[in-house]
Amino acid sequence: MTAEEIHGRLRERFGDDVVTGLVLTDESDPKSPVIYDPPQSMVDAPAIAEVAMFCRDEDALRLDSLMCLSALDRGSNLSVVYNLHSMTHRHVAALRVDVPRAAAVVPSVERAWKTANWHEREAHDLMGIAFSGHSDLRPLILPEGWEGYPLRKDYEVQEYYRGMKVPY
Amino acid sequence: MAEPTTRALRTDTMVLSMGPQHPSTHGVLRLELKTDGEVVQDAIPHIGYLHRNFEKHAENLTYPQIIPYTDRMDYIAAMNNELGFVLAVEELLARGPRPVEVPEKAEYIRVIVCELNRIASHLLAFGAYGLDIGAFTPFLYAFRDRETILELFEELSGARLLYNYIRVGGVARDFPGGFHHKLRSFLGYFGPQIDVYNTLLSNNKIFLERTAGIGVLGVDECIQNGWTGPNIRGAGLAWDLRKEEPYSIYDRFDFAIPVGKNGDCWDRYMVRMDEMRESVKIATQALDQMEERGLLEDENFTAKVRGTLRPPAGEIYMRTETPRGDLGYYIHSDGSDRPSRVKVRSPCFTALSALRKMSRGLLIADVVAIIGSIDIVMGEIDR
Repeated sequence: MTAEEIHGRLRERFGDDVVTGLVLTDESDPKSPVIYDPPQSMVDAPAIAEVAMFCRDEDALRLDSLMCLSALDRGSNLSVVYNLHSMTHRHVAALRVDVPRAAAVVPSVERAWKTANWHEREAHDLMGIAFSGHSDLRPLILPEGWEGYPLRKDYEVQEYYRGMKVPY
Repeated sequence: MAEPTTRALRTDTMVLSMGPQHPSTHGVLRLELKTDGEVVQDAIPHIGYLHRNFEKHAENLTYPQIIPYTDRMDYIAAMNNELGFVLAVEELLARGPRPVEVPEKAEYIRVIVCELNRIASHLLAFGAYGLDIGAFTPFLYAFRDRETILELFEELSGARLLYNYIRVGGVARDFPGGFHHKLRSFLGYFGPQIDVYNTLLSNNKIFLERTAGIGVLGVDECIQNGWTGPNIRGAGLAWDLRKEEPYSIYDRFDFAIPVGKNGDCWDRYMVRMDEMRESVKIATQALDQMEERGLLEDENFTAKVRGTLRPPAGEIYMRTETPRGDLGYYIHSDGSDRPSRVKVRSPCFTALSALRKMSRGLLIADVVAIIGSIDIVMGEIDR
């Protein structure tokens, strides 16, 4: 199935309120060519866990592998992009959720794909997105007690970490 | 060795910190082991000791400046890391007004260096795995032959490990004079050498006892945990991006995908041994095709890339087959000369995440065997 067909299938199941647009081109330049590869199906944040389970279990989709989970800083919003792949049908798709910067909470998709466990911990560490329902959101990459989220665009490094001067 | 101790023998739980400085953890990895005698009840990996936030660095660098940083992730297979990034940038550029046309010659050179690097990487995996299990000799053989590849790379790029050789539009330098003869003689020598390794280690009784039937992960579990590369092929799934989504010019070569059967440590190890043969086949065919066309002497080794690279605004996910599995680059471009975000999907990262589940109930020595068999590089996990 193509990304468009998968998007259509998701819309059919969850409705237009939950699965909104399909991002193909950059918003800032409507004339630009299709450079979102794979195109991203926008999903309403609270529904992502349910959509994820559907993507994995629906016979026609069988998106059984989560290739990559990326967290991005888009200014007023933070977003999470899920790049999916089906080992059964050998097709790909991408889901995307946008959440406001001030309340960055996204339900965890760990139940659908175990590999999401570490990817979400990493995104929590570096981008400060809280994954609700995650079994173990301890810091993974950053040391315990590190302040701030380094991959956010407005990040400023802390002056001291446990008495050690940080910027050098 | 994986004989589980009987319940009656259980005593107290002890917490043992294995690493970060430990010869068997393949870099600065710390495992928090909860053990009862020799039996591991839990193995919690602690990573991040090598973290330098490559992804943040990338946001402050222009596209060509990022290439040397990719070298420093998986420093054992730097060529393959560069290729993935460069292909992603070229793919983005291809959708804009100024696409970059990579010359055929550069494509051949890329394939040859990547396959050589795959051999070098698998040789290290083979040698180090022997050391983990207690066999010292294979390591010396592996490093002797790996050295030849590193010398070839040094002649080509000036560096032994971190090459900065594959560039957007082509490669940094042409083959030096007589290089293809050296290449040909190495490939001719190395093919039969794999049989020597197999006699040395692969079918050794002690080695089999330590690895066969240990750390089994089936295909479904592998997919769930995001395993790729030799690790998933060891479980029996013929999944190889070079065949599945042929990038560069991989569709021009004839090669097989070696697979295992049981998904244990030995299968994963053996897939790497067999893959070296396939890499020799690919590199030889690439060299043959180059020579048939007079080494493509009328072609340049790189496209003319004028001015600053500014890929169009958009997002792309590009993955390639490195020696450790699917390496993905997620690039968000805002149309400027620097990416707005680069995310790396590391094959070792996902492989290690399943270690905790696999280790429960095994012996400490088996955990060492598992870590060696999934062939991790901490530079890529921590980034």
